[in-house]
Amino acid sequence: MSVLRERVTRVWLGLMVLTCVTTWGLSKDLFSPAVAVVGIFVIAAVKVRYVMLDFMELRDAPKRVRVAFEAWPFGVAAMILGFWFATGPIL
Amino acid sequence: MRVATVDRVKPRRLPGVDGVWVAIGADSVIFAILFGSFMQARQQDPTVFEASRHTLNMNLGGIDTLILLTSSWSVALAIQALKRGLVDRVPRYLLGGVLTGLMFMVSKSIEYFEKFAAGIRPATNDFYMWYFTLTGIHLLHVVFGTSLLTYLWINSRRGAYSSSNRVVPECVASYWHLVDLLWVVIFPLLYLQKAI
Repeated sequence: MSVLRERVTRVWLGLMVLTCVTTWGLSKDLFSPAVAVVGIFVIAAVKVRYVMLDFMELRDAPKRVRVAFEAWPFGVAAMILGFWFATGPIL
Repeated sequence: MRVATVDRVKPRRLPGVDGVWVAIGADSVIFAILFGSFMQARQQDPTVFEASRHTLNMNLGGIDTLILLTSSWSVALAIQALKRGLVDRVPRYLLGGVLTGLMFMVSKSIEYFEKFAAGIRPATNDFYMWYFTLTGIHLLHVVFGTSLLTYLWINSRRGAYSSSNRVVPECVASYWHLVDLLWVVIFPLLYLQKAI
C-alpha cells in the first residue's frame, strides 16, 4: 500500500488546495462580496462531499443513505447563501 | 440462448455499525439548525457581526482546517491499512490522528486566550456568543474524538484490530470525519463570511 497512490491521498491534497484557495484567496478583497461568499460556500460544500464520499466511505454506502448524506452539504450551503442574500448591507 | 451473468458489483455497506450513522446524521441535523440560527441572528445585526468577524484570527482558522483535514486523512489511511491486513501500519496512522487532534486543541486554546486577553467574552455581543458556542461545541467533539482515537491507538499497538475485526475503528473513524466536515462549514461561516 503506497500512501501516494491511495485515492484518499489525492482527495486530501485537493482538499488542502481548496482550503488555501478559500482562506487566502477568495476571502481577500479581490472579489466582490457576493462572488467571494458564493465561491467560499460552494467550495465548502464540495469539500464536505469529498470528506463524506472518500474519508467516510459513503461512496460504497447504500444509495439512500448516500443521497441523504450528500444532500446535507448542499442543503446547508443553500440555506446559508439564502440568508446571506436576504440580509441587508452593513451600515 | 440464455447467458448467465455473474454479478461482480461490490456490496454496498456502511462502515462500522448503523447506530453510529444515526448519531452522525442526528448531529449533522443539529449543527445545520445551529448554522441556520446563526444566520438568522446575523440577519438582525449584520454590522456588529461583520465588525466582530474581523477580530477573529483567520490564519489560525485556516491552519485549523488544514490540521483537521490532515487528521482525517491519517485516520482514513489507518482504516485502509486495516482492511488490507497491514496491521503494523495502523498505530502510526492513528497516532497521526491523535497528534493532529491535539494540535487543533492547542490552536483553539491560543485563539481563546487571544480573545480573553482582548477582553472578549461570550456576553460581549451576539456574534461572540455564537462564536464561542459553535467553536466550543465543536471543540468538545474534538476532545471526545481525540480520546477515542487515543484508545484505538493503544489497542492497535497490542494488535487488537484486524481486517476481520475493524467495527470499532470504523465507528470512531466515521465520527472523526464528522468532526472534520463540521469544521469545514464552521470556519467559513464565522471567519470568512463577508457582508454586503
